[in-house]
Amino acid sequence: MPDPAICVENLGKKYRLQHRQEGRRYKTLRDALTTVPRRLWSRLSRGSAATDDRHASSVEDFWALKDVSFEIPQGEAVGIIGRNGAGKSTLLKLLSRITEPTTGRIDLIGRVASLLEVGTGFHPELTGRENIFLNGAILGMSRTEIKARFDEIVAFAEVERFLDTPVKRYSSGMYMRLAFGVAAHLEPEILIVDEVLAVGDASFQKKCLGRMSQVSTQGRTVLFVSHNMGAVTTLCRSAIWLEGGRVVRSGPARQIVDEYLTSNANAASAATELSDRPRYGDQGRRLRIEKVEWLSGFPLQHDEAFRLRIYFQTFDEVHAISFGLGFSNLEGVRLLSYDTDFQDGYRPDIRKGSVCWVDIKVAELPLAPGLYSFSVGSRSGDAFSLDYLPETGQVEVVMGPKTPGYIAVPGAGVRLRSDWNWHSGSPQIEPVNSTLS
Amino acid sequence: MNPSRLTIEAGKGELHYWADLWRYRELFYFLSWRDILVRYKQTVIGVLWAILRPILTTVVFAFVFGKLARMPSPGVPYIVLVFAGMLPWQFFSSALTEASNSLVTNANMISKIYFPRLIVPSSAIIVAFADFLISLVLLAGLMVIYHIFPTWRLLALPIFTAIAFLAAFGAGLWLAALNVEYRDFRYVLPFLVQFGLYLSPVGFSSEIVPEKWRLLYSLNPMVGVIDGFRWAITGVESAIYWPGFAVSMALVVVLLLSGLWYFRRTERAFADVI
Repeated sequence: MPDPAICVENLGKKYRLQHRQEGRRYKTLRDALTTVPRRLWSRLSRGSAATDDRHASSVEDFWALKDVSFEIPQGEAVGIIGRNGAGKSTLLKLLSRITEPTTGRIDLIGRVASLLEVGTGFHPELTGRENIFLNGAILGMSRTEIKARFDEIVAFAEVERFLDTPVKRYSSGMYMRLAFGVAAHLEPEILIVDEVLAVGDASFQKKCLGRMSQVSTQGRTVLFVSHNMGAVTTLCRSAIWLEGGRVVRSGPARQIVDEYLTSNANAASAATELSDRPRYGDQGRRLRIEKVEWLSGFPLQHDEAFRLRIYFQTFDEVHAISFGLGFSNLEGVRLLSYDTDFQDGYRPDIRKGSVCWVDIKVAELPLAPGLYSFSVGSRSGDAFSLDYLPETGQVEVVMGPKTPGYIAVPGAGVRLRSDWNWHSGSPQIEPVNSTLS
Repeated sequence: MNPSRLTIEAGKGELHYWADLWRYRELFYFLSWRDILVRYKQTVIGVLWAILRPILTTVVFAFVFGKLARMPSPGVPYIVLVFAGMLPWQFFSSALTEASNSLVTNANMISKIYFPRLIVPSSAIIVAFADFLISLVLLAGLMVIYHIFPTWRLLALPIFTAIAFLAAFGAGLWLAALNVEYRDFRYVLPFLVQFGLYLSPVGFSSEIVPEKWRLLYSLNPMVGVIDGFRWAITGVESAIYWPGFAVSMALVVVLLLSGLWYFRRTERAFADVI
């Protein structure tokens, strides 16, 4: 067994949760200046513990990660999987030294580069060329290193012609390619990657995955967080499954992913809270999808009806809105889409500050039995995306009463009813279907 | 090959700090370069602003204090007196403002990438320094117009500039860290800067301050710096009040050391709070 590249012992990270007033994210000086006298006053006037108790209960300790230990040998690609809030991002932040652990220790043998976001520090006013140098420096490359790889980065990103254009004029695809290009040409011994591939189109994702598998075959250690189970199983040899800040299991990637998915589909509750999910589009600033609920219950059945309710809130007046529901296979390929305005083009305007929900009812779900991920999103008008949650959740589709048993093969995708006609060129065999002429 | 080994242990963050600071010096260079580039990118507005701001404020101050209030000027044109004070003050105040807001402005970077956070406020000051260099050219013009010949004292200018730099850095560290913790600090800051402008001898000579108050007055570190600038530029003999200057310097040192201490103490939690 090769020497370990990453060694983690009893790692823990505690956060102090403060339950503050709604809509206020930050501590303010005003609060600090007013609470101290108020507390003193209440203590002096009543000397009671009643108000103190209330203060104590508004602060709560929360272990985002607790007693995590593992060892990763050199040259291994490891996937970290788990539900949202399982502690994956915290683990990456600790490994990349962005925050400090509360307990335990980490040993990293070799140069570490972490990529928690594509294009950190990119400045829209600067040109592509300038941003390559800036971003490279932010990611820990020296100027000579960046110079040496400059041409490679530009070729990867396919932006030769726009090198001296400010990146604010780039299309989002060009921007992503350039940003990933810089990161992809880091050459550390240990590479830590968060879900950076969730954005970008399919060809971009493919390119990134290709580059990453290249990196991991060069004998570098890769730590990879993703919701894309397909990417984890193709890229990684082993996987670590986190749940509630602890390691549930670790082992060969394929096996761990299977166990994780099975437990997920079984444990999935019909309602999924979405308030803390990563969002795209307008990031839910004007309209935010809060929750989805499968009214028809779990699991979904092939060829049977299902109903889904999408709860949302508006923070601004929104016009001509529509919602969409999509199903993808675990490799992230979209198989099925439903839209509210598909049938009749109805797109309502909704007032600021409304709390609403919208129901979709599908008479027959055409997805073949298997595991799928689904996503919901909302648009205003034809193109403007108000809120989009690319990995809203996972669902299992099982055989329904109308499903013939033999089609329960994985990877069947969408399975629809269809009429088939049999013909024969030979007169000895009668056509099966008599309606044929 | 002997790969580098890094140990992260709870509560022992500072082990590599100063070595890291050296290792990340290129990031410091790039961030300063980015800020300067962005500032002067819209060339006309950027450079013009750096020129116009000191000129306009100087003219107004010279008019109000020199003409309306008839403050005494110790043997130099009033406008030169004001400009010599305005130059370090403007540098100090914009360096302080930039440094204080720098962490919040770069919040995204701080929550996604590790690097010694000290780089952020220090590179923010460099932008203010670029503006300062432009103002120096204006000063040269002013000296030519008013026939003020530079003396050997001008050589002391970098020293006073360095003091202003350190004062802004020290105070900036405090404010930057407080700004992360208490988000409404940025509303306090413009007020502090405004207040400082009138507390510092920018529009007038510090000699008008009664003798018995001067030591107290020197508690403002910019008093020593501004006096120093006037002494170096105008060549007026008595511009520096040495006991006061010593107090100013001691305060700068205290500000700097305590700023570093507070920044280092709170720095570890930045990514969690920001």
